[in-house]
Amino acid sequence: MSLAYYIKSFTLWEFVKAHWLTLKYFFKPKATINYPYEKNPISPRFRGEHALRRYPNGEERCIACKLCEAICPAQAITIEAQPREDGSRRTTRYDIDMTKCIYCGFCQEACPVDAVVEGPNFEFSTETREELIYDKAKLLENGDKWERAIAANLAADAPYR
Amino acid sequence: MTAFFQNLGMSYDGAWLLSTVIGILLIALPLMLAVAMIIYADRKIWAAMALRRGPNVVGPFGLLQSFADGAKVFLQETIIPSAANRTLFLIAPIITFTVALISWAVIPFQVGVVLADINVGLLYILAVSSLGVYGVVLAGWSSNSKYPFYSAIRASAQMISYEVSIGFTLISVVLWAGSFNLTEIVESQKGYYGLLNGHGFNPLLFPVAVIFFISALAETARTPFDLTEAESELVAGYQTEYSSMAFALYWLGEYANVILMCALNAILFWGGFLPPIDWAPLYYVPGILWLFAKIFFFFFVFSWVKATVPRYRYDQLMRLGWKILLPLSLFFVFLVSGFLMLTRYGGAQ
Repeated sequence: MSLAYYIKSFTLWEFVKAHWLTLKYFFKPKATINYPYEKNPISPRFRGEHALRRYPNGEERCIACKLCEAICPAQAITIEAQPREDGSRRTTRYDIDMTKCIYCGFCQEACPVDAVVEGPNFEFSTETREELIYDKAKLLENGDKWERAIAANLAADAPYR
Repeated sequence: MTAFFQNLGMSYDGAWLLSTVIGILLIALPLMLAVAMIIYADRKIWAAMALRRGPNVVGPFGLLQSFADGAKVFLQETIIPSAANRTLFLIAPIITFTVALISWAVIPFQVGVVLADINVGLLYILAVSSLGVYGVVLAGWSSNSKYPFYSAIRASAQMISYEVSIGFTLISVVLWAGSFNLTEIVESQKGYYGLLNGHGFNPLLFPVAVIFFISALAETARTPFDLTEAESELVAGYQTEYSSMAFALYWLGEYANVILMCALNAILFWGGFLPPIDWAPLYYVPGILWLFAKIFFFFFVFSWVKATVPRYRYDQLMRLGWKILLPLSLFFVFLVSGFLMLTRYGGAQ
């Protein structure tokens, strides 16, 4: 409790210093991006919305091995499978509950045929909970929609796998 | 304006009523617009100091953000808790809002441009701003919910404590100006050192101006003193149970009060509608623009403080109010009156 202390506290010295600091920050360039119009670059490994991919001839990749269902730590994936007319083994049901999913990417890693992948899309919010329970049609549609980006990401990441 | 309507062939009473109503609308409507823009400015300034962008999507540079928020709030349902006292619950925000508006009746925007040029304008403002506590207390009590109630008690204690030091700072100004009328107080600030306009340039009154500014922050519950809505402790304070337009009325009332305090800062200490420098060419700029510029400057400082200073603890708030600001302002009343007695009124006979 020296004299200097009293002079400092009655001249509000600490406050003046703090305000000078914030004033300097006021004129600094912004740290945040202009989000909906401007987006951060994302890694090829980015784990976003799921998609089921197809081969270039249009045949779906998934062979219903259920490895993704088995490894899923959140048990978000539900698969039912039956042989198709031509005898090949395919899923009749492939659901992902996006509200359970923790986006760990294990399904993608487990998949032997690169069928289920997590794409670069992270803007898939919905207005109802039901819309977040994806079925096979929705996942295949995602695959068709994002195929180019997904393929490019997989190719970019391939040397490190 | 009364004379103008009388010339159109109205009776004095009718002309007076009409011109007063027009005057009220001329103040209240731009004030509401100003509140909307000042909320936007507040968010922008605060954001810039946190290196963020702030609202920038609705309209050019996000200028219409407040109107979008207003429309959203207007379309919402007013939810009244079943345990609440309905009448008081609905009256409380109206009181806050009304009280925030009626203080503006005595604010001079220019020589003669004032709705009610009463000779006790400052007392009127003190009285009305004390009434503002009722809106808060009634809201907290009628919500019948614990957090609003705590918050209302805090708010009322805080407002009353700081009103005391505001009172003493006002006394210093009134002593110096020799009048309670706000226009005369502004006029009395002309020509310090033949150069500057404003009591704030007076070394005896500058500390008083600082004390008034700090008390004004506490009075309007702005950031270092926003204990009434300390989110981590009290949810949203006394507004917790409010929704829709009732909530918006609090919001508008609070910001109208903030602008009022900025205006009082400008009028009492920094020359109101006078230009800051007593130099003839500057008087060609309309006084109302000087006043607005000063109000905006003080609002910027309010936001600046909000972006800088963390919240006080409640006991610190009370300590600052009663043990520092009150004795200090009292001391300056003593200094100012002593100085005036020795110099202006011929002293020690």
